[in-house]
Amino acid sequence: MTVTDTLAPPEPVPPVDAIRFLDVAKTYGSGDNAVTALAGVTLTVAAGEMVAIMGPSGCGKSTLLHLAGGLEDPTSGTVVVGGRPVSAMTPSQRATMRRRDVGYVFQRLNLVPSLTALENVMLPLELDGIPTRDARDQAREALSAMGLDRLDRYPDDFSGGQQQRIAIARATTGTRRLVLADEPTGALDTANGDQVIELLAALPARGAAVVLVTHEPRFASWADRVVFLRDGRVVDQSEADDGGRR
Amino acid sequence: MAVREGLLALLDAGPRVGHQLKTGFEAATGGVWPLNVGQVYTTLDRLERDGLVATAEADGQRTYSITDAGTAALGAWWEAVGGDDPPPRDELMLKVLMALDRGPDHALAVVTAQRTALLALLQRRRRDQRGRATDPAVGGEALAAVLVDDALVLRAEADLRWLDQCEARVLQARR
Repeated sequence: MTVTDTLAPPEPVPPVDAIRFLDVAKTYGSGDNAVTALAGVTLTVAAGEMVAIMGPSGCGKSTLLHLAGGLEDPTSGTVVVGGRPVSAMTPSQRATMRRRDVGYVFQRLNLVPSLTALENVMLPLELDGIPTRDARDQAREALSAMGLDRLDRYPDDFSGGQQQRIAIARATTGTRRLVLADEPTGALDTANGDQVIELLAALPARGAAVVLVTHEPRFASWADRVVFLRDGRVVDQSEADDGGRR
Repeated sequence: MAVREGLLALLDAGPRVGHQLKTGFEAATGGVWPLNVGQVYTTLDRLERDGLVATAEADGQRTYSITDAGTAALGAWWEAVGGDDPPPRDELMLKVLMALDRGPDHALAVVTAQRTALLALLQRRRRDQRGRATDPAVGGEALAAVLVDDALVLRAEADLRWLDQCEARVLQARR
């Protein structure tokens, strides 16, 4: 009999929620000028799940992402990232969460033009205190997973679709397990948009949660679940009801 | 398109017997339009009656071929373009219009329900597409099936865009 034979079987690990919105409301301004962006949203995105958020302009899609990344605070309700309420974090903890746990992909690429592709992806890792050599290895691996090479080139040397892939690599390096993508295909043609969404849709298989804001059904259809917002509320959700995940 | 145009298009490539026309029609339409043999022969009889198809007996089999009048009719069909005046009676469009007649809230509820169902359908198709490798060199019947799939996906996307537009316009009108 070996030691392991005497050990109790491992407890099943419950699925981890990457992010939870609990009755979250957000109002900008006050009095007659008050604008309600979110009016009580409750929504959970699990690790390994891709959720698309759709809805008309002004429905609160982007506000939801800002709250998810701790860029703004809700007026009421709770946002929980990786099991920790964002409102309970100190500014320093919040900055660490944004650097370490959450990756962002925007319509505008937000790459630093004076840094190479490799350096752009290394930047948040080095800011987080990871030694340069390790940061370089992790960045190279992330860029390679995006099908990119010749990484010593500058962003302007890459096409729009390739630049967005650099942004995705940057959003997924290190320990990041939550990727927030706000209209990431907005500046791309259909073929490049498809490639970018395909790369995002592959992330859940590696354990990451992806929240994608888009107005394009074509791209939303890659998600496991599509959530529709209207007037700051969830009005419906659709799933590919085949009973299984990828 | 009706079955008659499909049969004329197949006969334009050369004379055929009835069962060749049935299988040829089904293959060319990507499997979306199964025919029974009776339908094929009834249509061929009408085409012959109208002078668009001629028949010949050989080895106990009746062979069909296209006539000059049939070629002209087929040419006119290739060139004809579907019009939108009056607009086609699209089921989804009419459903939303009828819902709007009952008020904006009902219209928004119908738009939401239709959109959710359509997007779920699109998600399933996307998942199916991802499950099979796409061969860019695909041809013949397989190409027809792929083109059918593309058409369904793109039409669902177009319907979803239209529903988004409906929602935006109804919300705007309600404010």
